[in-house]
Amino acid sequence: MMSIALPIPPAAPALGLWQRLGVTLYRHPGLQLGLLLGLPLLWFLVVYIGSLATLLVQSFFTFDDFTMEVSRELTLANYQQLLQPANFDVVLRTLSMASAVTLASAVLAFPLAYYMVRYARGWKKGFFYVAVMLPMWASYIVKVYAWTVLLAKDGIVYWAYQHLGLGGVVDWLMTIPLLGGNSLTTSHLGRFAVFTYIWLPFMILPIQAALERVPLGLMQASSDLGASGAQTFRHVILPLAFPGVVAGSIFTFSLTLGDYIIPQIIGPSGLFIGSMVYTMQGSIGNMPLAAAFTVVPVVIIALYLTGARKLGAFDAL
Amino acid sequence: MSIAVQFQQVSRHYDSVRAVDDISLDIAEGEFFSMLGPSGSGKTTSLRLIAGFEQPSSGSLRIFGQEAAGLPPNLRAVNTVFQDYALFPHMNVLDNVAYGLMLKGVTKSERHRRAEEMLEMVKLGQYGSRRPSALSGGQRQRVALARALILQPRVLLLDEPLGALDLKLREQMQTELKTLQRQLGITFVFVTHDQGEAMSMSDRVAVFNKGRIEQVAAPQVLYNQPATAFVADFVGAANVFDGELASTLVGHAQSFAVRPERIRPAGQLADDDVVRVPGKLLDIQYLGAVSRYEVEVSGHKVVSMVLPNENGNATAPAEIGAALTLAWPSHAMLPLAG
Amino acid sequence: MHSDQDRAPLWLRLLAYGGIGFLFLPIAVIIIYAFNAESAGYSFPPKGFTLSWFGAAFARNDVLQAIGLSLQLAALATVLAVLLGTLAAAAMYRRDFFGKNAITMMLILPIALPGIITGIALLSAFRLADIPSGFWTIAIGHATFCVVVIYNNVIARFRRMSYSLVEASQDLGADMFQTFRYVVLPQIATALLAGGMLAFALSFDEIIVTTFTAGNEVTLPIWMLNQLTRPRDVPITNVVAMTVMLITALPILGAYYLTRGTEDIAGSGK
Repeated sequence: MMSIALPIPPAAPALGLWQRLGVTLYRHPGLQLGLLLGLPLLWFLVVYIGSLATLLVQSFFTFDDFTMEVSRELTLANYQQLLQPANFDVVLRTLSMASAVTLASAVLAFPLAYYMVRYARGWKKGFFYVAVMLPMWASYIVKVYAWTVLLAKDGIVYWAYQHLGLGGVVDWLMTIPLLGGNSLTTSHLGRFAVFTYIWLPFMILPIQAALERVPLGLMQASSDLGASGAQTFRHVILPLAFPGVVAGSIFTFSLTLGDYIIPQIIGPSGLFIGSMVYTMQGSIGNMPLAAAFTVVPVVIIALYLTGARKLGAFDAL
Repeated sequence: MSIAVQFQQVSRHYDSVRAVDDISLDIAEGEFFSMLGPSGSGKTTSLRLIAGFEQPSSGSLRIFGQEAAGLPPNLRAVNTVFQDYALFPHMNVLDNVAYGLMLKGVTKSERHRRAEEMLEMVKLGQYGSRRPSALSGGQRQRVALARALILQPRVLLLDEPLGALDLKLREQMQTELKTLQRQLGITFVFVTHDQGEAMSMSDRVAVFNKGRIEQVAAPQVLYNQPATAFVADFVGAANVFDGELASTLVGHAQSFAVRPERIRPAGQLADDDVVRVPGKLLDIQYLGAVSRYEVEVSGHKVVSMVLPNENGNATAPAEIGAALTLAWPSHAMLPLAG
Repeated sequence: MHSDQDRAPLWLRLLAYGGIGFLFLPIAVIIIYAFNAESAGYSFPPKGFTLSWFGAAFARNDVLQAIGLSLQLAALATVLAVLLGTLAAAAMYRRDFFGKNAITMMLILPIALPGIITGIALLSAFRLADIPSGFWTIAIGHATFCVVVIYNNVIARFRRMSYSLVEASQDLGADMFQTFRYVVLPQIATALLAGGMLAFALSFDEIIVTTFTAGNEVTLPIWMLNQLTRPRDVPITNVVAMTVMLITALPILGAYYLTRGTEDIAGSGK
């Protein structure tokens, strides 16, 4: 062993205020966390969670139908009102639209997403990605506006089917109860088209993300035109892409469920959950009932999410 | 000579995992000290404790006599060369090297002049304006070294700095690091899992295993007097004979190790003071200057023997599958604790 | 043989490009109609092309005020979101603590729940607290749902950054703030910029939460909505629609360019 002499410990150098702060934070990692997380946490607890809690509390307040005023008396009356048949209609109408939109988005999105992953290479890959992302992020209200322009009388769609000699077919479509209406802009079909358009990119990207994880070899095997290709597609690709479809459907479903602007602008009269909530708190001023009504989409989405989690959709997000 | 770094009963636990378990250790000023061990043995955690990236769960850690526990890394007079070099990708090489001086408020011209000097020292004088991404692994390694040394630390910590380099470059850097350490005279604490590297460069080596230190000694001592079976096996090759087998072979239950190169076919050792063990030759591996012979003794224990090859030709003492009696001098047996 | 296999069948190509065409049809419509000479109605094909509505639109006080308000709101919401999102990302990165998952969930909730819920919740809280609706209530709402965009971008960048850079900086004598300024900030700068641009676009466009928190303020999307429910100035609306589209498209393309090939910005959702 070498000989080692113990030195006299030198006095610790004097630290400035700033350095002492550094030392304190170093010794207390919890304090570091608190400093970083404090502000965002406070913001979200006060502004967001606080608001949601307020909303929940308000759903138990009493609304006086005669004076049109809200009093802080607690009641379950708002929730009882939810169960009225008329309201049930609203929920049903919204749910069927959400389901139809989700289904149509999936059908339209899948070939596009598949093409993006399987065939688009080099600059094309970037092009497709931007071509999906740009409409997705483009202004919602402008897109809705564009559709009113598209569907307007004498507008582009009108012009197109007149020139294709499809006038009779469209007129006939407009007479079918669950699709039709007085004109394209006031028809169920028009509303459905706009909803599908607006939420379609939210379906494409999750499917694309899910397909990206499929090994290329499997993809190529499935593009074989023989029976084995079809089998690979059905038994390998589709199951692998399915979580992506479910993830996308969370968006299309939940976004349709909460929308109140499209139903207001395009399609026939008849309330959606969103427009119901909007009308209740706005023109009627019945905030308690509006608050109770927001519970409906939350419950539906919660149920949907629970189901989606079981199908493994969150891995694809 | 004074103590540069002193561990006193230092432990570092993560939940139930004892990454470092009650270590006491003195590292002297000016020595080239290696921490050697397999991955997960606690050697890197020990280095990070010195740097201040980890804090001890208990015990005392002193750097030049001053208690370091609770002192953040920026207030410690030690600097680190990282395993992945950790060069700042958004700065050029010169600014990387000058970073520590910039923090100290040294003027731009002065810190650039000194950074140039450091780059000259590591033979990268022409590379100051390059981005780290434009350098080879070996060059990055030198930049990392220059960046740490510019602050004239009294202790330099090196975390497996040669791990990413290929064999030739690694051997060259070993020599350079050792020379540099001698020139500068500062303490190097070098973490590695490569026993050859630790042996060739170090004044002393601490062998880590499962969060504890098995032995601290100079390379020669580690090799010739391993304290434990783990050290005997990890530092160089060793045939370890434990309790029961030791009793049947030599008549006492104390474990011992024998280096493969100390073993000979019984016929080649005439000395009286030898241990003879009958066995069966299983396999021969030709390694160039030497050949390794795998011999089965006592029915299940495989012992390796290494014999030099005359003129590069292996002359086997027996056919594979034939009986072969091994022998070694009694003084070649290294007694092991535990 | 292989090159044959790698060409998509015609029907698939038609579906893929048809899908993209569908996505861009309304966008093309907006661009065409902004130059439409007609002063009312949307007849197709357009009767003529003119640039005159641009002059008319940008001479309108209500339009200019709406643009100004939306720009200010988006800027303020972005600044707040950058601050909150970056702090949250720094806190969550490399740390494990009780309630961490709940906090992640909480950050995502404002964009995961339908906007109407966030909107009405904020409105009910502002009313209960007697806070009058206006500029600040809109900004608070916008900042809240923009945080997650910044958070996602920044934490993704943190995860790709080698943590030893931070340790090296400390090791060389930097305190936390110096390390942030000289090492962390340059590393996350493009992620912050990309996130900030997305947050800006998100806030500039937002309509659903805004209708609840705006009171009498008219942001550009609300101006559009008013025109949609009671169309008065068709040609002006056409020009405004294109302006909104351009103001949001540029930062989105910028964000894509900045994070190209690194992280999935679209995954942050809307």
